[in-house]
Amino acid sequence: MGFLMVLRVALKALARNKMRTALTMLGMIIGVAAVITMVALGTGAQSSIETQIQAAGTNMIMVSAGNFMSGGVRTGQGNASTLTPEDAQAIQDVPGVQYLAPGVNTRGQVVAGNLNWGTQIQGTDVDLPLIRSWPTARGAFFSPADVASAAKVAVLGAVVHEQLFGGDVDPVGQIIRINNQPFTISGVMSSKGQSGMGQDQDDVVYVPYTTVMKKLRGITYVQNITVSAASAADTAPTADRIAALLRTRHQIVDEDDFMVRTMEEMASVRVQATETMTALLASIAGVSLLVGGIGIMNIMLVSVTERTREIGLRLAIGARGRDVLMQFLVEAIVLSLVGGSIGIALGLGLSEGVTLWMSWPTKVSPQAVAVAFVFAAITGVFFGFYPARKAAALDPIDALRFE
Amino acid sequence: MAVPGCRVAAGAVVSNIKDDAVPDPVPTVIATRHLVKTFVVGDHQVKALRGVNLDVPRGEFLCVTGPSGSGKSTFMHIVGCLSRPTSGQYILDGQDVSQMSKNELAVVRNTRIGFVFQGFNLLSRTSALDNVELPLLYRGSALKTADRHRRAKDMLEAVGLADRASHYPNQLSGGQLQRVAIARALVNEPSIILADEPTGNLDTRTSIEVMGLFQRLNIERGITVVLITHEHDIAEYGTRIVSFRDGHVVTDRPVANRRTAADELANLPVEAEAV
Repeated sequence: MGFLMVLRVALKALARNKMRTALTMLGMIIGVAAVITMVALGTGAQSSIETQIQAAGTNMIMVSAGNFMSGGVRTGQGNASTLTPEDAQAIQDVPGVQYLAPGVNTRGQVVAGNLNWGTQIQGTDVDLPLIRSWPTARGAFFSPADVASAAKVAVLGAVVHEQLFGGDVDPVGQIIRINNQPFTISGVMSSKGQSGMGQDQDDVVYVPYTTVMKKLRGITYVQNITVSAASAADTAPTADRIAALLRTRHQIVDEDDFMVRTMEEMASVRVQATETMTALLASIAGVSLLVGGIGIMNIMLVSVTERTREIGLRLAIGARGRDVLMQFLVEAIVLSLVGGSIGIALGLGLSEGVTLWMSWPTKVSPQAVAVAFVFAAITGVFFGFYPARKAAALDPIDALRFE
Repeated sequence: MAVPGCRVAAGAVVSNIKDDAVPDPVPTVIATRHLVKTFVVGDHQVKALRGVNLDVPRGEFLCVTGPSGSGKSTFMHIVGCLSRPTSGQYILDGQDVSQMSKNELAVVRNTRIGFVFQGFNLLSRTSALDNVELPLLYRGSALKTADRHRRAKDMLEAVGLADRASHYPNQLSGGQLQRVAIARALVNEPSIILADEPTGNLDTRTSIEVMGLFQRLNIERGITVVLITHEHDIAEYGTRIVSFRDGHVVTDRPVANRRTAADELANLPVEAEAV
């Protein structure tokens, strides 16, 4: 029997039992589509976080002051008073350091006209927009002269701008009061959205760090120093050099009074969390694939009686075992190919739909597509073929009388 | 051929290679020698055939009768190459079929034997034409689609169902189904037709019609017919009756007053609609 003839016989057999064909395919379609969609959701979440981390700058190094102890009470990270503007100047000369910005934060009530807004007041340096690759939307960031003179100038985050002025008003040059001191607005940051850590990065007011130290808090130390390395590859060694320098400057013998962390270290925790989520989604998908597989198996096994009789009849009128097996193999392959392909199409469509209508990021993983398809195909072919092999090995009369 | 107790002369089977004896005018198509078939059911061994010796000459219309459990169906399945004997020989057209491989048997079933079942055994949801065509698909030499259709149509016409070619089995009556099955058995032009209780599911008139069809094939085409029935009046359409009991042949006699289905049909009261 030629291949074309086998194909024709197999297609006729599939067409004869439309319900069984449809149900078997349904198992495959659901299994394959579920795997593709689930994994696409997981991968999408993961890659969106990776993108955020990229945007935050993988070459960023955070130097923060350690905790300090006062009468047995240990404060949290960043509260020790050991990190100074002089440390920052020294770090500037460490090889591999490109930009640097000392940071001191405080919370403050910001008042403009009859509106007020409580927000984070971050003292920083002029290089911050360069370190974070974050331009201003209106006006300009403050100048080195402002930092040197501890000038009362402020740059508003997009949220603060919106809250105090409404998004459309240009506030540059206007006066706001922070903790009852007048500040001139020099610019407004462009909107950056949530950080990889889930904070709203736009709900902030930037002022020179010297101003926070002298005018708002009255301290002589800084809480942290944000550094950007010249290249992403050079980040870790640069961080090590900074740590070594600070140990010398602070005359550390045993325990560091500061912490040096790279953005990548901070991000890795987050990435691990999404990897766990992807694994979870993948296992849900695996279960749906298994359920789909069992569905395929059930349909195939339920129809064994009918199909065994069909095999008996075909053998009785002169089909060889090989002819029958080829027919069943081709049937199973056609079912798997068509069902699997529809499943892939549905999976891609669902992934796209989730992005479109629910704005969840999705990213279709080719491996998931391949694994789902191959698994469904193997299940389909095995359970289509295996009972047929048993039936074809029987004497025709035994297959005909099978119950 | 050295089976002891062989009732019928074995010479008939190999007559064509013997040159000393008088040539046998009618060659034997089916010859069985001490045919034994044993089934294992649980712990028991069921002996369905206990050594059957039977010769069927070409062109005969043999009817096999016997009570259920007598082994007549088992005998038929072996003769039809649907199962193989536990021991003994089965010689079909001078060839020892009991030694053949599964694939060789498939070719024999396809080309030399047409089998008609009591339960019709048609493919469901498949048109009468496609059902009749089925054996043509498994021929060694492939036929073109158009040729297959034509032959299947011819066969349907021969059994009087040309107008039902596109009907599905569930749209046909019992008699029509059996005629489709007969057309299927005929499509590869076999020399033997085996029928296992072909009238078992049919009413009297339809039974006579089907028997008439067998008689016509037997007489007009010279096809050897072996037919199982447990109805004695049906058996009398044949030329010879063999009856089985407990796995043995117990009687073997020619039919004295053979019934002719065509005549009987003519004499039957005319009904509104022939089935």
